[in-house]
Order: sequence, then structure tokens, then C-alpha cells
Amino acid sequence: MQVNAIREGTVIDHIPPQNLFKVISILNLHKITTQITFGTNFDSQRMGKKALIKIEGVFFTQEEINKIALVAPSAKLNLIKNYEVVQKLPVSIPDKVSGIIKCYNPNCVTNHEKVTTLFHVVENHPIMLKCHFCEKVMTEEHFIFI
Amino acid sequence: MYLCYAFECVKNAANSFAMNLKNRSLVSITDFSKEEQLYILSLAQDFEKNPVRNLLENRVVATLFFEPSTRTRLSFESAVSRLGGKIIGFSDVASSSMTKGETLKDTIKIVSNYCDLIVMRHYLEGAARYASEISLVPIVNAGDGANQHPTQTMLDMYSIYKTQGTLDNLKILMVGDLKYGRTVHSLLMAMSQFNTTFYFVSPKELMMPEEYKLYLEKLKLSYYEHTDLNEYIGEADIVYMTRVQKERFSDPLEYEKTKNVYILRSEMLKNTKPNMRILHPLPRVNEIDVEVDEHEKAYYFAQAQNGLYVRQAIITSILGVI
Repeated sequence: MQVNAIREGTVIDHIPPQNLFKVISILNLHKITTQITFGTNFDSQRMGKKALIKIEGVFFTQEEINKIALVAPSAKLNLIKNYEVVQKLPVSIPDKVSGIIKCYNPNCVTNHEKVTTLFHVVENHPIMLKCHFCEKVMTEEHFIFI
Repeated sequence: MYLCYAFECVKNAANSFAMNLKNRSLVSITDFSKEEQLYILSLAQDFEKNPVRNLLENRVVATLFFEPSTRTRLSFESAVSRLGGKIIGFSDVASSSMTKGETLKDTIKIVSNYCDLIVMRHYLEGAARYASEISLVPIVNAGDGANQHPTQTMLDMYSIYKTQGTLDNLKILMVGDLKYGRTVHSLLMAMSQFNTTFYFVSPKELMMPEEYKLYLEKLKLSYYEHTDLNEYIGEADIVYMTRVQKERFSDPLEYEKTKNVYILRSEMLKNTKPNMRILHPLPRVNEIDVEVDEHEKAYYFAQAQNGLYVRQAIITSILGVI
């Protein structure tokens, strides 16, 4: 696939291919009206296969970027200005994750009342989240994105 | 009973603990530091000597029990009554506006206008934490689903201290429903502060969850697991029996399979340590044979009474009247 370079915006590189659509969903890219290109299963020396997303005219806050650490901890962001990479940013796992994941415990209050979910990151490798409310700890296989 | 060194320390710093605990919610045992927990236990000693005092005059405590309870609710209500406080609330969700579809949020917001403290039990895990973040007054969690029951934990700690003379370096055998039992989870976290060795005896279906074993591993504390109650009973300073809780099972067959697996009988106590005592958060079904009740090592009824003093200590600390 021939992908055009973007003049100004963000390239998210080194996304695990199986989590490409989760990254799109977490960053709410479906609500963005500028040009977005994404591709997957590109060869990568580091990862074997990788996915990437190019978003024209959009820059993310560190907080937004960190949200994707849950599914793409290896991702790198390149900030582009005038077709040049002006900054490279790694994602870092945040201390807290709010409002993007459901608690996997069906008996948790957040699954019964209108409560914004909140998790504390208790382990980074592998990532483990503790529900602020019911205190259950969950690993990646239990993550359900809202 | 002699005061241990740690108790002396907290007594000496009592004023600063009293200041720190005022207006604080108690949802999870970890909401109070180790020193604050010891301070509560030292206050409980004082209340045991003198449980009737007029410290809560003109204070109103709401007891909101969205899930049925007998001893916990009565223990809280007795604690407040003996200190001269008033009680409002409900003991059954059927007599609350939740049956009309009112949310927990609205119930807490409204009730917190009418009282100085809310004691609540709820069938949903995390309900008390959520309530503590929307309430105008402090919340004391009297049990949220299978999650936490911190006042039970502190009365268990007080009972352990009273029977063993220390909280340090003990061997605690936990028996029964270690998967859903909130009391064992909270007690594990609390006693892990005192270099405890844990023994877990449960059916395979009701084993201690991985997250708690991981917690102990991180603290480099030893734990042992078995399915046979006789395996570790001779090692234990405390045998903490629990009921297999019918209300936590969605599958009645699974409950039937596990409910009678462990029954503690008098003859099983023959080769136990002289200082060993049997605790149970109650209610009991049949996991402790009634003949054990008369045994010198049975402590569960006295344990329930200790709850009164511990709850008096917690309520007066949070209300800042001590």
C-alpha cells in the first residue's frame, strides 16, 4: 500500500496488529474529521509485524497517548510538522485508567450504577489493573473497552 | 491483658490519631494505617472496660442495610445506643426507596443530609467506596458483596490480640470459603502487616484468589494450601473457620457440593497448640460442630462481643468525640 506522508499531525507506529482497532477505538478516531490512514501487518524488525496510523492535523495530549499503553505499550508517536518528524514520544503506562475499560466483575457497583470506572495500575509487566471500587485485580485478557 | 509495645506507642500518640481519623470513611481495611488500626484496638480496650458512656449525645447514625444482616447491624446499633446516639435507617432493601427504582447515589445523597455517619452494607462490591465519594458524611462499610468488611477485620484482630497477647509472628489457618469470603480477604491483608504465616484450607472450587496470594508473595510472607483440614491444624495459633455462603453462588449445585466439606469436631482439637483459639465471623451453619462450643479453645461467641467495643472505637474516632 502506498501511504502518503502527512504534512502536519501524528503517526502512531509499532502498534501490535491485533490491537489496531482497539487503539482506534480508545483514541475515538472515528470522531475525527481530518484524513486518517491506517495499515496493518507491515514487516517490522522489532515486532515481526506491526500496524500504524497516520492522523492529519491532530496532536494528542500525554494523557490521551497513555491510554493506548494498555493495548500498545510498544507504540511510538511521531509528531509531524511540515513533513518532518519534530518529536518522538513513547507511550508510558499511566498510574490510573478512567472511563475506558469496564470492570470485569459482574457484581461491581460500576456495572449497576452510572459510575465512571476507575482503575489503579498495580503492575506494568504484565499490566494489571485494580478496580478503585470493587478492588478486583484484572489482567489484559479481561479488558473490555467501553 | 498487657499492652504490647505497639499499643503503648499508639496510646502515646493518641491525640494525633484522633485528629487524623475524624471525618474519615472506613471502606477498606487499608484505608487506616497499621498505627491507626492499633489505635482503634487500644481504644476498644478502653470501651471494653467502660462501654456505656454518653459520647454520642445528639448524634445520629444511619444504618443502611441493603443486604440482610443480624449480628453486624445489631452490633453497630448497640454500640451507638450504649454511647447515647440515635439510629435511623433500614434493615432490608424492601423497606427502602430502592424498590421504587431509586439509585444508590440518590439514597446516599439524601440520607447523608439526615445523619452524622452512615453505616452501610450492600450486595454490590464497591458500593461503599462509591457511597464514600458522594456522601456528605463519612461512610463505614459493614460489608460490600464479597469485597471488604473492615470492622469485622478489626474485631478479628482485637480477638487475636486478646487470645494470643500479640499480633506478631502468628500462624493463622483459614478454613472454608476462601474465594468469596470477604472476612478472610480483609483479615489476610490486615495480618500481613504482622509477619503472619498463613495456611489456607478449602475445596478446590473455593481456593484463596490469586491476587491475595500474589499480595503475600510480594511481602515475602509464607503461605501453604491444602484441601485437608487435619493437615495444618496442629501448627495453628488461630483457626479461622468460615461458612460456605449460599448467597454468593449462582449455581446451587456448586453450593451443595461444597457446603459440608469441613466440619470442625472436638476430637480434631486433641493435638492442637495450647494457645490455639477458634474464631468464626458467624453466622455458623454446621462447619463447627455444636459440641465444640463448650471447648476451651472455642472463642467465636466472645469474638462477636468484641465487635461491640471495636465498633464503638471506630464510630467515636470518626465522629471526633473521643
